[in-house]
Amino acid sequence: MRKIVLPGSEVGDAKSKLPGKGTFKEGDKIYASRLGILSEKGRYINVIPLSGVYDPNSGDNVIGVVEEVYRNAWIIDINAPYPAFLSAENVPWKIAYGETLKYLKVGDVIIAMISSVDEARNIDLSMKCKACRKVEDGIIIEIQPSKVPRVIGKNSSMLATLKKYTNCWIFVGQNGRIWIKGEDENVNLLIKAIRKIEDEAHTFGLTERIIKMLGG
Amino acid sequence: MVKLLIKDGIRLDGRKPDELRKIKIEAGVLHRADGSCYLEWGENKILAAVYGPREALPRHIQDSTKAIVNARYNMASFSVEERKRPGPDRRSIEISKVTSEALEGVIFTELFPRTMIDVCIEVLNAEAGTRCAGITAAAVALADAGIPMKDLPVACAAGKVDGTVVLDLTSGEDKEGEADLPVAIAPRTEEILLMQMDGHMTYKEFEEALELALKGCKKVHELQREALLNKYKDFEV
Repeated sequence: MRKIVLPGSEVGDAKSKLPGKGTFKEGDKIYASRLGILSEKGRYINVIPLSGVYDPNSGDNVIGVVEEVYRNAWIIDINAPYPAFLSAENVPWKIAYGETLKYLKVGDVIIAMISSVDEARNIDLSMKCKACRKVEDGIIIEIQPSKVPRVIGKNSSMLATLKKYTNCWIFVGQNGRIWIKGEDENVNLLIKAIRKIEDEAHTFGLTERIIKMLGG
Repeated sequence: MVKLLIKDGIRLDGRKPDELRKIKIEAGVLHRADGSCYLEWGENKILAAVYGPREALPRHIQDSTKAIVNARYNMASFSVEERKRPGPDRRSIEISKVTSEALEGVIFTELFPRTMIDVCIEVLNAEAGTRCAGITAAAVALADAGIPMKDLPVACAAGKVDGTVVLDLTSGEDKEGEADLPVAIAPRTEEILLMQMDGHMTYKEFEEALELALKGCKKVHELQREALLNKYKDFEV
């Protein structure tokens, strides 16, 4: 049985435990700071969020949409509270000053990696990674960022299941955007499966139900 | 003078002096908002929606050290007996301001610099105590939106009617009574987030009313928790 906690709920003793993600310490006690599922990892007490906006972290692979084009950089919307910055130096193409528009224009979709997030929450992107590319075909759907871990599953088990039964190409961005490519019929089925995962993210035995739904 | 108390301290609607009106809270009712809540408190009907944290625009309102909490209290034109002229007026601008400040007191705003958290409180039907009901609903919507907070704030009013200190005034008691005292608190620490008073009470009566309001807040807080846990009850198979 997983325990759901609310902001201000007491979740532990600060003498024996340490406050982790989604918690804070006040006096001798640790309290939850947000709605979520309680989890203990070693000495840390964490609250896994059930809702909320995408919290960008360096190293995340995200799907972004070009919002603005400068002469040597782009501003990318990555579904976070802050716009992200992609410099012309951090793309896999050799770009002369002022030629940015030849490669990415407003509305283009890219897969990029967050290379750094500083204290002022300035986000720098890089497209020099294995998965990074410009997305030219397929479709993008959006889910709640807090449900992303469930769509991927433990050791990508859920993702493998989805790929196996629908024969689609799937890329899940940490920011809740998913890129899907495949036959129309399969894509429709896959979207339904992903919506089901999103709706029932906190139940047990979800993988089995998804397999059943996909006709396994 | 209008008589507001039937004998033996029973009020016009049959409640005891320290009894709340009927309250119903539901979390997560709007799909396009990040968090939402529908609340019925007596005849009050209130919808609260939370958006964000999102980029604060225009950029000159951004604060590079913390998030801006922007609550907007609005009464529907059909929420009162006589049609209310739509749009913000002196009263709703004031309530928006005090609500923003009350909520800012519990939100960890420093975690989201340069952003804005929008809280929309729409009063669909009003019957005294809407600012308390609004804060209570906004708190549930904030928790539903996954916004980090020190506590789940809650509000409740007390007042003085016919010489007696009573909890949770109705419209008639508010208009004809002697005083009204809305209070919002962070229930874990009993820190006061909002306190306003309309009318006159002696110091002793004030202390009595405050204590009664705090008791009422604690009761409402239990209902808030229940509503939030209820949303995820089905998931725990």
